[in-house]
Amino acid sequence: MASDNMKMRAQLKGEVTEIKVLMSHPMETGRKKDDFDQLIPAHFVQLLTATLNGQTVLEAQWGTGISKNPYLTFRLKGAKVGDTVVVTWLDNLGKTATQDITVTQA
Amino acid sequence: MQRRNFLTLLIGAVTSLLLAPLSALAAVWNKAAFETPKLDVAIKSLDVVDEIVSQDILIIAPDKAENGAIVQVEIKSNIVNTESISILVEKNPTPLIAHFKFSNGAEPFVITRIKMAETSDVKVVVKAGTQYFTNAKNVIVLENGCG
Repeated sequence: MASDNMKMRAQLKGEVTEIKVLMSHPMETGRKKDDFDQLIPAHFVQLLTATLNGQTVLEAQWGTGISKNPYLTFRLKGAKVGDTVVVTWLDNLGKTATQDITVTQA
Repeated sequence: MQRRNFLTLLIGAVTSLLLAPLSALAAVWNKAAFETPKLDVAIKSLDVVDEIVSQDILIIAPDKAENGAIVQVEIKSNIVNTESISILVEKNPTPLIAHFKFSNGAEPFVITRIKMAETSDVKVVVKAGTQYFTNAKNVIVLENGCG
């Protein structure tokens, strides 16, 4: 399922596939105030999972300390050109996004 | 109009299908570890015992960060059977930044960008089997990034 939320790339270099993910998310800590001196409620990605051909490869839990518009690189062994990597995140407000990418030769 | 209604229904159905398993997943999030302002409590909440300092954990981060809102860190574990990597910033309001669990051929490697409130050690904890290993790198922060 495609979405505008994530930009992804998965490239096979030698034996290792490198996956780069750039997400669009405010990652609000809940400690920042707006122009009217009101606290901006916490809004951040809590869980992120990645699968390779449906099998879980990465499970991440995040706090508020990940930067706005989160960036992530991870590496897989055993992936082939044409394989599918899917990344899904869930934030503390129950919002979610998912994106897939096909592994290509670097 | 009919088509629009159908599409709205379809999107609703797909969303609810996606949300059902994910909300079950939300219980996975380690609230105690992520919300504590204390480094030692965060570490305890991750069930870490007897950390061994190891140079086999490589931390690549800038010596000096201009802007604490975006500090890129690269972590690689050369410890055999690494299962997970946790990133903590000692002097952040909530020290635990992230916990990554690897499986099915994922390398114990991650690059991400973190927020740092002030100059602090970036501490990494690796779990391998029943053992825990740790390493740290100090990053000087010139501008607060936690807001």
